[in-house]
Amino acid sequence: MLGLDKKDATILLVVIALALLAPFLLNPFPSNSGLAQFNAGYPDLMQRFVIFGIFAIGFNILFGLTGYLSFGHAAFLGVGSYSAVWMFKLLSMNVLPAILLSIVIAGLFSVLIGYVSLRRSGIYFSILTLAFAQMSFNLAYSVLTPITNGETGLQLTLDDPRVLGQTATASGNIPATNVFGLEMRSTYTMDVGAWSFDFNAGYYLCAIIMILAFYLSLRIFRSPFGLMLRAVKSNQQRLNYTGLNPKPYTLAAFIISGMYAGLAGGLLASMDPLAGAERMQWTASGEVVLMTILGGAGTLIGPVLGAGFIKYFENIFSKINDNVLHQWFSFLPEGMEDTLVFLLHPFVGKGWHLTLGILFMLVVTFLPGGLVEGGQRLSRLFRRRSRDTDTTPDPEHHPKESPHVAE
Amino acid sequence: MSKFTVTRRGALKTGAAAGAGLALPTIFTAGAARAFTNEPGASSVTLGFNVPQTGPYADEGADELRAYQLAVEHLNGEGDGGMLQTFSSKVLDGTGILGRKVEYVTGDTQTKSDAARASAKSMIEKDGAIMITGGSSSGVAVAVQGLCQEAGVIFMAGLTHSNDTTGKDKKANGFRHFFDAYMSGAALAPVLAKMYGNDRKAYHLTADYTWGWTQQESIQAATEALGWETVNNVLTPLAATDFSSYIAPVLNSGADVLILNHYGGNMVNSLTNAVQFGLRDKQVNGKNFEIVVPLYSRLMAKGAGENVKGIFGSTNWHWSLQDEGSQAFVKSFGTKYGFPPSQAAHTCYVQTLLYADAVTRANSFEPCAVVEALEGGDSSLPGIDSPSNKGYLFDGLGNGPTLYRAADHQCFKDVLVVKGKDNPTSEFDLLEVVEVTPVDQVWYEPDHPMFAGGDLGQCNNGA
Repeated sequence: MLGLDKKDATILLVVIALALLAPFLLNPFPSNSGLAQFNAGYPDLMQRFVIFGIFAIGFNILFGLTGYLSFGHAAFLGVGSYSAVWMFKLLSMNVLPAILLSIVIAGLFSVLIGYVSLRRSGIYFSILTLAFAQMSFNLAYSVLTPITNGETGLQLTLDDPRVLGQTATASGNIPATNVFGLEMRSTYTMDVGAWSFDFNAGYYLCAIIMILAFYLSLRIFRSPFGLMLRAVKSNQQRLNYTGLNPKPYTLAAFIISGMYAGLAGGLLASMDPLAGAERMQWTASGEVVLMTILGGAGTLIGPVLGAGFIKYFENIFSKINDNVLHQWFSFLPEGMEDTLVFLLHPFVGKGWHLTLGILFMLVVTFLPGGLVEGGQRLSRLFRRRSRDTDTTPDPEHHPKESPHVAE
Repeated sequence: MSKFTVTRRGALKTGAAAGAGLALPTIFTAGAARAFTNEPGASSVTLGFNVPQTGPYADEGADELRAYQLAVEHLNGEGDGGMLQTFSSKVLDGTGILGRKVEYVTGDTQTKSDAARASAKSMIEKDGAIMITGGSSSGVAVAVQGLCQEAGVIFMAGLTHSNDTTGKDKKANGFRHFFDAYMSGAALAPVLAKMYGNDRKAYHLTADYTWGWTQQESIQAATEALGWETVNNVLTPLAATDFSSYIAPVLNSGADVLILNHYGGNMVNSLTNAVQFGLRDKQVNGKNFEIVVPLYSRLMAKGAGENVKGIFGSTNWHWSLQDEGSQAFVKSFGTKYGFPPSQAAHTCYVQTLLYADAVTRANSFEPCAVVEALEGGDSSLPGIDSPSNKGYLFDGLGNGPTLYRAADHQCFKDVLVVKGKDNPTSEFDLLEVVEVTPVDQVWYEPDHPMFAGGDLGQCNNGA
């Protein structure tokens, strides 16, 4: 289907199913039960899941395939957001032109940064990209304030021109972002018994774009171009000696992944029309590296899982406070309740970084291939149980088979 | 290798999938039928406390959260009631808000606009918060205020001092109790002139972002009006931790006053650097060299330790105030937590009470009704002759008679000029109030050039 073999088609179908059914999957607990705290199926977080999924998919095209570790990808995300918000300010509140412009501008920006940074490889490349990103951040934070509105972030105002749309709604408010009239924030809430599920227009737009982005990355992974990128990763010198110039390939990969980041930035701004300079800070660049490694670098679905994992902790765990803990353990005797709350306190609320750090350590130590490797080990465990007589491949086979990247 | 072969069946399937994808969103256009966003149920109402729990302002954030918890207790009729007894409006009776028990959710703004908006959005979309309050930095406050306007909930700003919050970025759904940079300048300048004379040369070090700029602009305007000269203004990056390289040129500039437009950790570091360089022991132009910190807080004074002694600044409120409201608040905060509240805690506590009061007076949680109640009738501050002197007048919340001005949703009240205490009696007794600048001295019109360019717009009820 669509030029994919059976296995890739299955992966794509799984991603499609996950994306479209997310409102159900992420809200497994009844909305007034104590566990509702862990529900993640509200529009803003679902949007973030898929948007950062796109960001990580793009990053993985560069890092997973060529092995070039960029520490400055957030710069493209930020540039994408700023371009999108400027479109909302000047043109109209329709998100499609905004998203298009953010991809284009991020692409141009990545040509510039990529051309310079790719003159070096390894750690020097990482440092160069980091330097560029921090430069962009500082420019956006103070020097370029007329364009970026500095620390406050670029926002829409009531007197923006919006030449193709309306400057203000009839009720005197800033119009909402939309696709040909369908507002991104419009949400239909379905109540089924004790459960409630939110279907948000903006989320579905993001989800469809994420599926397209995922499909594109799948095709890149399986293409001759992708093979060439993998050759760059495995041994660049050998590639040079065979008479091939790896530069154009790495630059192309850099630009593609920069455009993915721009797309993610444009979508972020489309869902919530604000672009803050923090989006370009090195911590944001580091976050996408974490997402990719946590999920499994070089795998197709890993970065999406990693993005979801980190955003979940940032948004759900940071909101558990002592009050909530006391509610959970209120059935215990007083002393035990207080002890438990005292023990858990450092790990939730403002301590969410700590929990995430511990999990990251555990994953990297025990599952170097990320969450995807965890999944593989589990499935292998079950498969081995079901058929014990599984014949192992020829032990004398040389060279050793290496695992397929998409596994 | 991949091939993109189009089969008839494949094309049909793709077409069907794409069609379904396009048709999908149209069934979601109908929103649930509610009068306004997050209309609360009959038994409880949820407020969202969005404060920095990590990052440079985490100390302020922690103190704000304590104040919010205290306010919720008092609204629900637990504890000793705090300022409910001294508040001039008597509609709050400790039975929650409009008979509904007050519940709350908390979030971490990380002092980043993005994270703050994400956190506020989750409170609105997931937890059903009807009001968002908090923030310990102007950038965050402005960003969250914009979000609340779009979403149709009320935003009660916490600690935010930039002129922009109720200036060019003001919103109909947003309200600020805290004072602003203009008021700091207007209150501080006369005291400085009295202490240090009218013939002074000032050198500004300014944090390089919106708040720093409005602060610097305000102080410069206020001091120059009194005859001071501004020698130089140097912008410092927010992330800077060592200011030595910025302090050294001050000595050779011919300036005799250093003004530090810094806040939080920045101010602690720059002041410490300046004192270590021996600036305060210097004589320039035949006068003692002086240092001024326009926006002060007790938490900052604590961080800077010995170095704050004798240094002037302004503050919104201080726990040593002797009026009934302040004393009641300090007493109940101190009983619960064992130390006096900061000005951040005070403004957050007061904002929560003011919101509850406005809802009760409006007899509705509907944002537009609440806005109307907070904008008040035609009551005005005595002694100020201005057509914009209109809004909701209240008293007993620690700052004397205070006006929530309808024109820009900014509170007008007396401003405190404080000085680092020379002989502190305890680790909390770090500042002494030098002068209470009456409100008519810090009054400005809504169209003042430092505030112009914004538009409140219309209140938004959301869904």
